[in-house]
Amino acid sequence: MAAELVLFVILAVVAVATAVAVVVSKNPVYAVLFLVINFFALAMFYIVLAAQFIAFLQILIYAGAIMVLFLFVVMMLNLTGAIENVQDRLPLQRRAAVVLALVLIVEAGVIATTGAFRQAAVPAPVGGNFGTSGPIGAKLFSDYLLPFELTSVLLLIAMVGSVVLTRRRTD
Amino acid sequence: METEALLSGEMREYAIYFVVKLILTILVFTLWMLMVPFLIWAERKVVADIQIRLGPNRVGPYGVLQPIADAIKLVFKEDITPALADRWIYTLAPAMLMVPAFLALAVIPIGGAIHIGPRSFAIQIMGFYKGPGLYVPELDAGILLVLALSSLGVYGIVLSGWSSANKYSLLGGMRSSAQMISYELPLGVALVGALLLAGTLRLDGLVQAQAARGIWFIIPQFLGFVVFLLSGTAEVNRAPFDLPEAEQELIGGYHTEYSSFRFAMFYMAEYINMVTISAVAVTFFIGGYRLFANGFAWIQPIWFALKLVAVLYFLMWVRGTFPRVRFDQLMRMGWKASLPIALFNLLITAVALTFFPRSNTLVLSIASPVLAVVGFFALSYVIAERLARLTRERPRRATERCGAEVR
Repeated sequence: MAAELVLFVILAVVAVATAVAVVVSKNPVYAVLFLVINFFALAMFYIVLAAQFIAFLQILIYAGAIMVLFLFVVMMLNLTGAIENVQDRLPLQRRAAVVLALVLIVEAGVIATTGAFRQAAVPAPVGGNFGTSGPIGAKLFSDYLLPFELTSVLLLIAMVGSVVLTRRRTD
Repeated sequence: METEALLSGEMREYAIYFVVKLILTILVFTLWMLMVPFLIWAERKVVADIQIRLGPNRVGPYGVLQPIADAIKLVFKEDITPALADRWIYTLAPAMLMVPAFLALAVIPIGGAIHIGPRSFAIQIMGFYKGPGLYVPELDAGILLVLALSSLGVYGIVLSGWSSANKYSLLGGMRSSAQMISYELPLGVALVGALLLAGTLRLDGLVQAQAARGIWFIIPQFLGFVVFLLSGTAEVNRAPFDLPEAEQELIGGYHTEYSSFRFAMFYMAEYINMVTISAVAVTFFIGGYRLFANGFAWIQPIWFALKLVAVLYFLMWVRGTFPRVRFDQLMRMGWKASLPIALFNLLITAVALTFFPRSNTLVLSIASPVLAVVGFFALSYVIAERLARLTRERPRRATERCGAEVR
């Protein structure tokens, strides 16, 4: 339990620090790289929670595929010069962000002080192969079959949509 | 008193586990490291032989010490950072390529279970360990880790290209990211057929499944094997798919500006990636570390090494034989040939396994490649036909519209 706590604190510091770095980085390429480190910290959280399959998928899909595309786009746009004099198109979002952040802080404070956190902090022990590919597959194809299939249809729609949008007009 | 003894016993078991894994890791890692100089020498010799040259033959007998001479030369060269380079990323990029390349090898099983007294463990860094009161299973879904790490390698290449502040480097990095993203899909899908046959995602489980079925998966999954090796070659940027460093067009591609030890790191990562792809191919399609029967566990790494060298030799042979493809050809091969073939292979394997789950794998062996090829050509024919009709119709429509505008 103590080892888990130490690991959690280290990971939490990394996750929060990189998340802040993503926001404050002037260079968009650095922001993307900090987000990648953040995803790694998240993947480690999944491993601590005995969900190794999700952890691999987190690295494979988010760090390995999606962020590479992000990086590609950021490099193509070459935003380094343009970022200095960018105009805030949505002035409202700043105020909204402050309000939402306050709500979150108050919420976290209430949970921390009232002890609701402590009650929820003792999870039920899980079986040895919890979070491995087998049980997840069995759940996906039985209890969660409909959402699973709907997700695949959604992805297909996205795929067809992107093909249609990028198609060169021939006539 | 008794619980104390139990506790200390448990602690002792953990300590033994730790030591065993440490020795195993150092041993296996050293062997993988030694593959690199051997491969550099072997590749130069093999390609020289194919091209009717002599290859390195000055340093040591048959030039075997050439890689060491090269390494010493590279280490003592001046390490240059371009003035406009992004210093941080420029320094980190070679490591970003090399670390995932080495990590991926940790899940490859190079031998079966070894029994020492009451303890047994697999010759595999992330393999299982069994001792009194302690059982650590093999890493679940090891193949996902290999794929995840191979997809991380692209960062090293893209960022080295970007941070060098050199247009050739940037173009090389861009090409490689497009190439690696495109070939990751067929690379993964090509393996799924073998995974379906084995019914597991663990790499050691694949070796066991091939032994249980009594057939190497290269036979029922021949198409998967071909697509995997092809996409693997493209994924690790080897000739004939080495467009990110096409010297006629891009000088050296993403590592143009690199010198000294950082260049050596790129060089090493390239060979380690090649070893990873070959090792996965051996494990998935050529029976892994097993030869005929279960055999003696200590000898199994030798079978693995022999198979690995065979696949590596094949890759060198390909490099020495084929000219580099054009970039549009590369992309067409990835999206219009490799991916459809891999998907057909997957479809047919799944259908065959659903309807004949108990049947001999031999049925699948014959049916799967034939059906996949037939299906692929039928599909390409349909697509080509439609495209041809579109191109035939287009000029007519264009003239009609022009006529309408004139009127």
